[in-house]
Amino acid sequence: MIHEKKKLLDMYRLMVRIRTFEERVLKEVSAGVIPGAAHLYAGQEAVAVGACATLRNDDFITSTHRGHGHLIAKGAKTELMMAELFGKKAGYNKGKGGSMHITALDLGIMGASGIVAGMIGIAAGAALSAQMRGTDQVTICFLGDGATNSGRFHEAVNLASIWSLPVVYVIENNLYGESTPISDVCRLPNLSDRAAAYAIPGKTIDGNDAFAVYEEVAKAVARARKGDGPTLVECKTYRHYGHFCGDPQTYKKKEEADEWLKKDPIPRFRKQLIQMEAFTQDEANAIDGEMKAELDRAVKFAAESPYPAPEEALEDVYA
Amino acid sequence: MRELTYSQAINEAYDEEMKRDPSVFIMGEDIGQYWGAAFGEMQGLYAKYGPKRIRETPISETAILGSAIGAAATGMRPIAFLFFVDFLGVCWDEIWNQLTPMRYMFGGKAKLPVTITCYSGAGIANAAQHSKCGEGILMSIPGLKIITPSTPYDAKGLLKSAIREDNPTIYFVNKFLLLSALQGPVPEEDYTIPLGVADIKRQGKDVTVVALGTMVHRALAAAETLQKQRGLSVEVVDPRTMVPLDKQAIYESVKKTGRLVIMDEEPKTGSAAAEIAALVAEEAFDYLDAPIKRVCAPDTPIPFSPPLEGFWMPSEQKLIQAINEIT
Repeated sequence: MIHEKKKLLDMYRLMVRIRTFEERVLKEVSAGVIPGAAHLYAGQEAVAVGACATLRNDDFITSTHRGHGHLIAKGAKTELMMAELFGKKAGYNKGKGGSMHITALDLGIMGASGIVAGMIGIAAGAALSAQMRGTDQVTICFLGDGATNSGRFHEAVNLASIWSLPVVYVIENNLYGESTPISDVCRLPNLSDRAAAYAIPGKTIDGNDAFAVYEEVAKAVARARKGDGPTLVECKTYRHYGHFCGDPQTYKKKEEADEWLKKDPIPRFRKQLIQMEAFTQDEANAIDGEMKAELDRAVKFAAESPYPAPEEALEDVYA
Repeated sequence: MRELTYSQAINEAYDEEMKRDPSVFIMGEDIGQYWGAAFGEMQGLYAKYGPKRIRETPISETAILGSAIGAAATGMRPIAFLFFVDFLGVCWDEIWNQLTPMRYMFGGKAKLPVTITCYSGAGIANAAQHSKCGEGILMSIPGLKIITPSTPYDAKGLLKSAIREDNPTIYFVNKFLLLSALQGPVPEEDYTIPLGVADIKRQGKDVTVVALGTMVHRALAAAETLQKQRGLSVEVVDPRTMVPLDKQAIYESVKKTGRLVIMDEEPKTGSAAAEIAALVAEEAFDYLDAPIKRVCAPDTPIPFSPPLEGFWMPSEQKLIQAINEIT
């Protein structure tokens, strides 16, 4: 259990920052202001925030196509993320990546990725590098339920296991890979059972409980930092929106969605913090207001920032 | 000067770069204590550098290359040994979607000094899944430098440059040359060969032959034959790296000879030869006095049986025939 008040407030702020960011992204995509596709993280905030709260600044994360939450939880600035989504030069990737490729190596963010399972091998490499350089940096590899069916998952987790790499696999099981229920494509009720195939620890937890995520991932991170190798943590959670902005979600049942909305991680965490007297209702409202104002500024910054010059399309292929 | 085999030259390059830079390490299948790589060109390295830097992996090409990318982005200088170039098919996503666009899609942030080394080329009856080259298909992917050494001297100097390069490189260890009796002069002292500088392997004035890898040796043999038979003076240009391509050296040679034949051990369609022909047609057309000819493999998979494979590979005879048609 985390008792330090500042840390709890920081975690709440991050969760609200993610939710507010995603709501603004949905609005701006719907208005046609943000080009291309965006995959919203809303509903899964307890996973990114609980997991990243266990890390140091110099630790690494790898993310997914649904990556905005991971990046914010690891310290990315919303105005630079928003500028990237708008395709502006001030964005994290100078407008060359967009929603699916935001990266900030100085924050240990190795990048979101447009290919499902695309970063699992790369996460093993970041962990290998830490091991070979003799640091105690840990890598968290975020992946979805769908990615565990990729051959790359098997190759990379096996490699991490045999080399005792300092990596923690945080599987966000939000029940759907795009439109396909995970239960249609995997017989295992708990994806953490896959850990047994690699002789590493695996645990399934309530991914909408930020405390539970923090506690389990903290144990896994400590184990990795000591040199004892990888762990697999499955966080059961739910995607509030569709696979992408505009997905009509015909594959979801209303009762299921209603049930999960009752378990929304943010009101839940907020209630817990009020009960613990970490903050008052008013203080919580103040944080919500701060985040709305921050996102207003981020959107304004992104909207007013210049586009890159067209010829910049030719730069950055080679170092 | 002392003479080394292609294999010895490659071994020295690995060894010297690992000694020079502690961030260099090799990952791959069967590279350690038992085989020192399937054709033995890494023998001795495991004893010298141990299992931490000569990392034997499971048969997991995707994890080998994927983890090389992650290690490179975080300060290491990995060499991903992928066995046969054909096996790139197993880890294609890592090449096509991860390694090569990464720096660009990250807005120029990541430095990715990954060297991929792999066996390439036909001629030893290994059939369609262990004999490819693949320069053409790889040239169509921005972000990758492609190295095709044809001599022991080039093999060593170019591998050292590839390892020191801050961008992804793929280095073709040509297995026909690796297994041949080929020897060549290699200086004792440290040297590198810059990427993107062609080498004129034979000076000539009547026709230019641009050839890659094993084909360089067949082109040199054909040049000798034509000199004797017809007194024809054939210039043989070895680009040595397909990306970056030393276009200027090719154009200069074509300017001098007015005729161009490209010899490339790949199916003709979409080959490196196709790209070179297009470049010369586009940018050096005025120098040409005859149509460009390509001596490539046919557009079929690579056959196994030696007579079939021998027919499939571009030969000295086919090159001579092509040259005779335009001179």
